[in-house]
Amino acid sequence: MATDTATAPATTETDHDHPAHLEHHFVSTEQQFDSAKLGMWLFLITEILLFAGMFVAYAVYRQWHPEAFLEASVTLDQFLGTVNTIVLLTSSLTVALSIHYIQKDEQSKSFWSLIATLALAGVFLVIKYFEYTAKFEHGIYPGALFDPHGAKYEPLANIPYVAQFFSIYFVMTGIHGVHVVVGMGIIAWIASRVYRGHFGSDYFTHVELTGLYWHLVDIIWIFLYPMLYLV
Amino acid sequence: MSTDASAAAVHAPEEGAHGEDENYLNHETGLWSWLTTRDHKRIGIMYCLSLAVVFFAAGMLAMAIRAELIAPGQTVMDADTYNQVFTMHGIMMVFLFLVPSIPAILGNFVLPLQIGAKDVAFPRLNLASWYVYMAGAIMTIVALVTGGVDTGWTFYTPYSSSTGGGILWMTAAIFVAGFASIFTGINFIVTIHKMRAPGMTWNRLPLFIWGLYATSIVQVLATPVIGITMLLLILEQSLGIGIFDPALGGDPILFQHFFWFYSHPAVYIMILPAFGILSELIATFSRQRIFGYRAIALSSVAISLLGFMVWGHHMFVSGQSAVSSIIFSLITYLIGIPSGIKVFNWVATMYKGSIWLQTPMLYALSFLFLFTIGGFTGIMVGVLAVDVHLHDTYYVVAHFHYVMMGGSVMALLGGMHYWWPKMTGKMYNETLGKIAVALIFIGFNLTFFTQFILGAQGMPRRYYDYVEKYAPLHELSTYGSWVLGLGLFLVLGYAIHSLYWGKKAPANPWAAATLEWTNVAALPDPHNFLRTPLVTRGPYDFHLADEVFGGGDGVGDGRAATAGTLEAPKPAPSAPEPQESH
Repeated sequence: MATDTATAPATTETDHDHPAHLEHHFVSTEQQFDSAKLGMWLFLITEILLFAGMFVAYAVYRQWHPEAFLEASVTLDQFLGTVNTIVLLTSSLTVALSIHYIQKDEQSKSFWSLIATLALAGVFLVIKYFEYTAKFEHGIYPGALFDPHGAKYEPLANIPYVAQFFSIYFVMTGIHGVHVVVGMGIIAWIASRVYRGHFGSDYFTHVELTGLYWHLVDIIWIFLYPMLYLV
Repeated sequence: MSTDASAAAVHAPEEGAHGEDENYLNHETGLWSWLTTRDHKRIGIMYCLSLAVVFFAAGMLAMAIRAELIAPGQTVMDADTYNQVFTMHGIMMVFLFLVPSIPAILGNFVLPLQIGAKDVAFPRLNLASWYVYMAGAIMTIVALVTGGVDTGWTFYTPYSSSTGGGILWMTAAIFVAGFASIFTGINFIVTIHKMRAPGMTWNRLPLFIWGLYATSIVQVLATPVIGITMLLLILEQSLGIGIFDPALGGDPILFQHFFWFYSHPAVYIMILPAFGILSELIATFSRQRIFGYRAIALSSVAISLLGFMVWGHHMFVSGQSAVSSIIFSLITYLIGIPSGIKVFNWVATMYKGSIWLQTPMLYALSFLFLFTIGGFTGIMVGVLAVDVHLHDTYYVVAHFHYVMMGGSVMALLGGMHYWWPKMTGKMYNETLGKIAVALIFIGFNLTFFTQFILGAQGMPRRYYDYVEKYAPLHELSTYGSWVLGLGLFLVLGYAIHSLYWGKKAPANPWAAATLEWTNVAALPDPHNFLRTPLVTRGPYDFHLADEVFGGGDGVGDGRAATAGTLEAPKPAPSAPEPQESH
C-alpha cells in the first residue's frame, strides 16, 4: 500500500535554496499558493452569505410592498448609478491586469494597474458620496429619521413602507461601501509591496488574492445596481 | 491486555534527534511567547484556558438557575435577575463555549498532528481567531455590566429591538465572536485539503478529522448569516430600520428564520466534532477497526448538509405556513438516518472488540447512552402535532441539554482525557477519573431526565415561578445539578493536580494507532514531527499497526514483544525530507 502520494514531497527537492517567502510549515511554494487561494475562496463564500441575508430581506419586502419599492426606486439617480457600475467594472479590469503583469514580471505596469484600480475605487466612493448627500438633503435617511421633503420626494411621504426601501438601500450600499474602503486599503498596501519589488512571476499570491476580493466587491455591486436602481 | 496505563508505556519515538527535553511547552517561555505564538498546539491551550473560564462562569449561572428553581416563589433572586441569568447562561454556553469548544481546543491541538502536518495552513489567522474570540468575550462582559440582556439566548424580535442597552453589546459580541469561528473553519478546511502528509489519503483520515471537516463546512456557511442578522438587529435598535420590527413594517418571523438558519446548523457545529472524538475513542479502546469507516465519515458530511434544511422545525408554532412546517418536519426525520448510522456503527465496532474501560471510554459510553436519548427526543419534538404540546416546555430544555451537554460536553470531556497526556505530558488519576464520570453521569440524568417529565406535564421553559405540582421534580433536578457540579469540580481538581504531581505520560499510553500517538513525542516537538511521516495504512488498522503492538516488524530490532505487554511503537516511516534549513 505504499501510497500514491508518497512522491509528493519530491517536487520540493528542486527548491534547494528555499525561497524567502516560503513559510516553514509548507513543503513547497505550490502548496502555499494553493492553500492561500483555497482559503480566499472560502472567505469569499462567507462574504456572499453575509450579503445573502440582506438579499433575502430585500426579496421578502419587495414581494410584500412592490408599489413602495417602485416609487422609491425611481427617485434614485439612475445616471450616477450607471456611471458607478461602469467605474467598478473598469476597476475589475485594471485589477485583473495587475495580476497579468505581475505574472510576467512587469512590476511597474502591475503597480500602475493597482494605482488605477485605487483611483477608480475612489471615484466610485465620491459619486456615492454625492448620491447620499443628495438624498440626505431631502430628509431621505435610513430608519426612524426618514422625513422626505422637496420636489420629487414629497409624494413619498404618503406611500407606506418607502422608508423600508431606503433602509435596505442604505444598509446594502453602506456595507458594500465598507467593503470598497477595506479593498482600497488592501490595494494600497499591495501596490506599495509591488512597488518595493516583493512580488514577481514566482510569487504573486497577495496580488492574486487582492484581485479575487476586488472582483467579489464588483460582483456584489452588479447585483445591487439592477435591484435598487432598475426596479 | 494490560489494564494499567503505565504497563502500556512506550518510548518517545523520535528521541535523541533534538535535545530530549525540548518540547512545544518549554522551547520558548514567558507570557509574550504565548501571546504571539503561531503554534497550533499553544493556541489550542490558550483556547482551552479561555473556554474553561467561560464554562465555569456559565456553569455557575446554571447552578444559580437551579438554585432559584428549587422551590416555587422567590428563593435566591428576583424575577428580573433570573431572566438575565438564564439569558447569559444560554448565550455564554452556546456562542462562547459550545460553538468554539471542540474545534478550537482539541481541533487546533490534534488536527495537524493527526494528518502529519507541521501546523495549520494559516497560523497567523489561527492566532487572530483567538484574539477575535477574546474581543467577543470582553464585549460580553461589557454587555453584562450594562445590563438588561433578558431576551433569552434567541434574541427574538420585537422584544429584543426595544429592550435594554446591553443587547447592543451582546449582539455585537456575537457578531465579533462569529469571525473567530469563521477563521477556524476556513483554516481547518484548507489544512485538511492541502496539508496532509504523504500517504494520508481521504480514506485514511482519522474520523475526528472528518468530523472537523464537516463542522468547518457548517462554520463557513452558517456563521456569516448570524453575523448579518446581528448587524441588522443592531441597526434596527440604533437607527430604527424596519427589517424585523412590525411597527416599522418589518417581520419578526423573518428574524426567526435568519436566527435559526444559523442556530440550527450551529447545533451541528457543536455535535459533529463530538462524533469525531467518539469514533477515535470507541476504536482505540475497543482495539478494533472502526465498523463502517466510510459510512461514519460521509454521514458527518450528510448531517452538515441536511442540517441547513431543517431550521424551520424551531418555528412550528410561529405561524409559518403549514406546508413548510410539513417539509421541515420531514427533513428533520431524515437527520435521524445518518445519526443512527453512526450510533449503530459505534456499537458494531465494540462488538467482539477488546474493550478497555479507561475514563475516556466511559465518557464515550455515556455519550452513546445520553446522545441516543437526546436524539430520539429530538425526533419527537420534530413531530408536528407533538411539538404543539411540547414547544417551549422543559421537554425541549431537557432534549437539547441531552444533546449539547450529554453529547457535546461528554465527548469534549472524553477527548480532553484522551489527549490530556499528549497536551500536558502528564497522566491524570484514573480512579478519580472514573469516579468523576460516574458522578457526572448520575448527576446529569438526575438534573435533566426529571425535566423531560416536567415538560411533558406542561412546565413551560424560562418561567421564574411554577405551581405546586411541579415542585418535587424541580427539587430533584436541583439536587442533580449539585451532583453534576461536584463531578465537574472533581475533574477540575485532578486535572490541576496532574499538572504538578501527575505521572509522566508515555508517548502512546492508549496504544492508539493514529499519528499523534505513534509518531509524536510524549510532549510534542514545536514542529510536531521531526520527519514528515509516510502513511501506509488506515487510522484504525490495528492489525497492521505492528509499530504499536509489536509483531513481525519489531522482532529484529531488539524489542521483541513479550506476551501480554504492549510493545514500544516504531514510528511510521518518514517521507523523503525536503532540503530545508530553519
